[in-house]
Order: sequence, then structure tokens, then C-alpha cells
Amino acid sequence: MSKPQSSGPNRNRRRLLSGMAALGAGSLLAGCDRIADNASVKRALGSVEQLTYKAQRLIASRQALAQQFDKSQIAPVFRPNGTTNPQEDYYRAWVENDFADWRLTIDGLVEQPTRLSLAELSAMPSRTQITRHDCVEGWSCIGQWTGVPLADLLERVRPRDQARFVVFHCADHTYGGSDLYYESLDMVEAYHPQTILAYGLNDAALPVANGAPLRLRAERQLGYKQAKYVMRVELVDSFKNIHGGKGGYWEDRGYNWWAGI
Amino acid sequence: MPSGIGPVANPNPKPNADSSSRPASEPEASESSRLIKRHSLSTRLWHWTNFLCLIVLLMSGLQIFNAHPALYWGEQSGFSDPFIAIHAQAGNDGEQRGVVRVAGYTLDTTGVLGLSDDNGQLRQRAFPRWATLPGDKWLTMGRNWHFLAGWIFAPSVVAYLLYTVISRHRRGSIFPTRRQLRAIPRTIVDHARFRFHHEADYNGIQKITYVLVLFVLLPMMILTGLTMSPSINAAWPLLTELFGGRQSARTLHFICALSLMGFFFVHIALVLVSGVFNNLRSMVTGRYRITERPDGPVNREDSHE
Repeated sequence: MSKPQSSGPNRNRRRLLSGMAALGAGSLLAGCDRIADNASVKRALGSVEQLTYKAQRLIASRQALAQQFDKSQIAPVFRPNGTTNPQEDYYRAWVENDFADWRLTIDGLVEQPTRLSLAELSAMPSRTQITRHDCVEGWSCIGQWTGVPLADLLERVRPRDQARFVVFHCADHTYGGSDLYYESLDMVEAYHPQTILAYGLNDAALPVANGAPLRLRAERQLGYKQAKYVMRVELVDSFKNIHGGKGGYWEDRGYNWWAGI
Repeated sequence: MPSGIGPVANPNPKPNADSSSRPASEPEASESSRLIKRHSLSTRLWHWTNFLCLIVLLMSGLQIFNAHPALYWGEQSGFSDPFIAIHAQAGNDGEQRGVVRVAGYTLDTTGVLGLSDDNGQLRQRAFPRWATLPGDKWLTMGRNWHFLAGWIFAPSVVAYLLYTVISRHRRGSIFPTRRQLRAIPRTIVDHARFRFHHEADYNGIQKITYVLVLFVLLPMMILTGLTMSPSINAAWPLLTELFGGRQSARTLHFICALSLMGFFFVHIALVLVSGVFNNLRSMVTGRYRITERPDGPVNREDSHE
């Protein structure tokens, strides 16, 4: 806040006004794209995300459970999306020996960093839930997930007070690019009872196409939050130093970090 | 929104001797006419805010639809058997064709739906680039525009509906009287003959249309929209049950949006044919010229908000 005139309600009002101006201008067909590329318009659009995030936290109970379904409603094939068959050498090697050498690292702002094998994770108390996966593209698919509640894992590593987000680092380079996939949740979503790291789908081991050996299920969020091929869980106080700094692979490419809508 | 979908049709019209010589927007000389205040400032602001919001919501909505151009009934997507799908497929000659499939029927829509010109090249896209916001395939920006407009649109609709229900005056101008309902056949005949009457009150057809748009379509848009949010879904599962599942809600959202677009076109057509100057003036300045017939007052009130 170096410039007092650009702080507080004034700044918010300007944002709102520029947002409304952008809206008005946006409807002039010819100029839409030029306007949408404008930086301040992008900022105004981004502030809407904060509004949605805060409003949903306000009106929706933090403990509310996502709908659960009947076994009969499970889709015959759970539609895989994004990376479906990672080609990285280390990943191929894990697949070769059934993930026996694979370890999950939990570190960052925690008292007791840890590394866990798939067998150790499977030995922990598990949770099974039949839920609906909602892709940002618009489609939905119902599957049954079995895994370790993230809250139990957090209890084990004891997050420090500064920890504000949980970041999930993945093994795959999406679309063969140079960035590894990653995602993040705030602590409310991380401690939610239905937030699990799943190793089972529909009573079988999690298939490679769906994120073997371990993937995130955060059931009150859209599909791109459900990180697959999770290798490392890191607790942080900000996203600043992680990849593009927006808290996720798609977030770095313009998607909203808040994926509750 | 309460500008006419058309102006008021008189239940007992008198033949007009010189109607052909005058523009439809100006009443006949044999009848006395005067300006009334038809729309309050708040109604006019609401109308034009909605106009902007609905255009942005529609075009950004089509951008979002393009990300997965298929609709289903129920909770989830039966990918092999969508209710509606818009895509490109090889035709009999092996050339790509744009098609719309609805409940098993296939319609060739090459050039507009499914396959259309995208920067000088035919490309697979459900809705063409001139219909989407932004024009390029860009889901995240479409979502941003959609939610920005939604945040302005939804609260203003809710406030307006509450006000309409609470205010007796507004109830009178939106809900039809028994007399107006009985006059509907007559009103239809008058509209079919392009015989429009300019009165302070709306006619039965207008009022039924407004009730449907205000109390059915607009709330449906907002509620089915909210139902698609997984967070809202967890908080208010009743909504999902009400619409028969998330994919049903998405399909209803689309159908209601098309219905609103239908209303929009009929609305504009009637505004144009029934006196575009008088209608536009009433929604810009609030002033509307009404006709008073010699055989007694037909206007219940002098002014309407």
C-alpha cells in the first residue's frame, strides 16, 4: 500500500466500476476480444473469483458433505481426463514394479515431515465414498473412491501455524509440456472429511488412466482440482515460489483457483 | 423488464379510418393522446442492466457450452447417448459436416453449428465464433465473463422479484386481471392484424409472458446455474434433487436460456412493429404516449412504474 489513494474502499469501488464498465463494453460485439485482453479487465474479472469464494464460504456450511450415491449409479467407465498415461521414465519404472518403490512425501510447513509407501497408506484407516466428479467442461461422472482422509495425514505431520494451503505435486507433465501438474487446497477444504488421497476406484486398485497410485479427491471442487499421480504433499503459506505462482497448473493458465463453481 | 413485449391491445378496438397514413408509434388524430410516465427510473435501469447482462451471459454461456457440447438428463453424463449434441462428423461424401443431434434426430447445420468459419478456416465448434464471448475457444475467460455478469444479474433479479411481490402497485402491473385474461383471444386477433393499441396498462398476453419470464425463466436460470456449482451442491442438495440431477440442471439451464432468447426476439420484433419510437422513449425517458378513446377511459391508472 505505497499509494494511499489506491487503497481500501476506493480501490474496491474502482474495481467494481471498471468491472461494470467492462461488462457494458463487453457486450459491444466488435470490441469484445480486444477488451477481454486488457489487463485491468482481467483484474476486474479476477476479483469476481474472490467474491464467489467468499460468498460460497459464507453461505455454504464448511462441513457440508458432497452428495453421495448408490453403487447402482456408478458409471461403467470412469472417464479419464488430462494426462492418462504418463511417459516419464521414473513413472514407467514405478508401474513396472507395481509402485513398490514409490513413496509419498509430505513436507513443507510441518513439524514432522514424512515419507509413506503405498502399503503404509493402505494400512491406515480408509474412507470409501461414491461421489460425482464434475468437470469444468460441464460433464459429470460417478465413481467410488477409497483412500486415506487427508485430515489423518495432516494430523500425523502436524502443520505449523503459518501453513495456509496444501499443495499437491504430481508426477506428470501435462500435454508433454515442461511443467509438472500441481494443485492446491485451502485448509478448510483440506480438512473436509470427504477430502481423501485415493488409491482405489470402484473396488479395484486405482488405474493408471485415473491417477495411479494416488490421487486427490476434493469432492466439493471441480475436476481440475482432483490432482492425479500425486507424489508430494507440501504445506505452504503462499504459492509465490511454486511454478507460475497461482496455486495450480490450470490456475497458472488463467483458471480460477477457487474451483467450487 | 416491463416494457411491452408489444404495446397494449385494446379489447374493444374501434376501426381506425386513417391508420395507414400514420406511423404506428403515433396515435390517430381522432383520438386524444397524451404522454404518461410509464417506467420509473429503477425499472429503466433494471431493464438496461439486464439487457447487457443477458447478452454477456448468453454469449459467454455458449463459450462454456462449447467446452463440452453435449447435454444429458440425470446426475451424470451418459457419453454415448446425449440428449443434445452439437459436433462435426464425416458426411456421406467423406467431407466434414456440422450436425445437431436432438433425441436421436440429426440435423445438418454446417456453417453455423458444429462446423463453422474460424478465422478463414472451417473448424469444429458447437457455436460459431461470432456467437461466443470471447470469440476464440477460451473456456476460462468465458467462465469469468459469465460469473461477472451473473453477480450483477442474479442479485438484481432477486431484488426486483421481491419488490414486485411486496408492492401492490407492481403486482397490479404484472399480474393479469380476470378481464384481461378473458380478452386474450381478442388480443391475439388484434396482434395478428398488427393492430396495436397504446394504453397505460399491459394486456393479458403481455402479463402472462412477464409472469412466465419473471417468475419462471429468470429464477430457473439462477437456480439451475447454482445447481451446477459443486460447492452449492454440497450445501443445498435439495436443489439438485429438485432438478433431477446436475446434468438435468445443466440441460434445463440451456433450454431456459434458449427460451429467454426466444422471448428476446419476440420482444424486439414487437417493439419494432408497434411503434419503435414510443417504446424506446418509454424505456429511456420513462414517457409513453397513450391513446384515450372517446367511449370512456380504458386506463385503470394514469401512470405505471
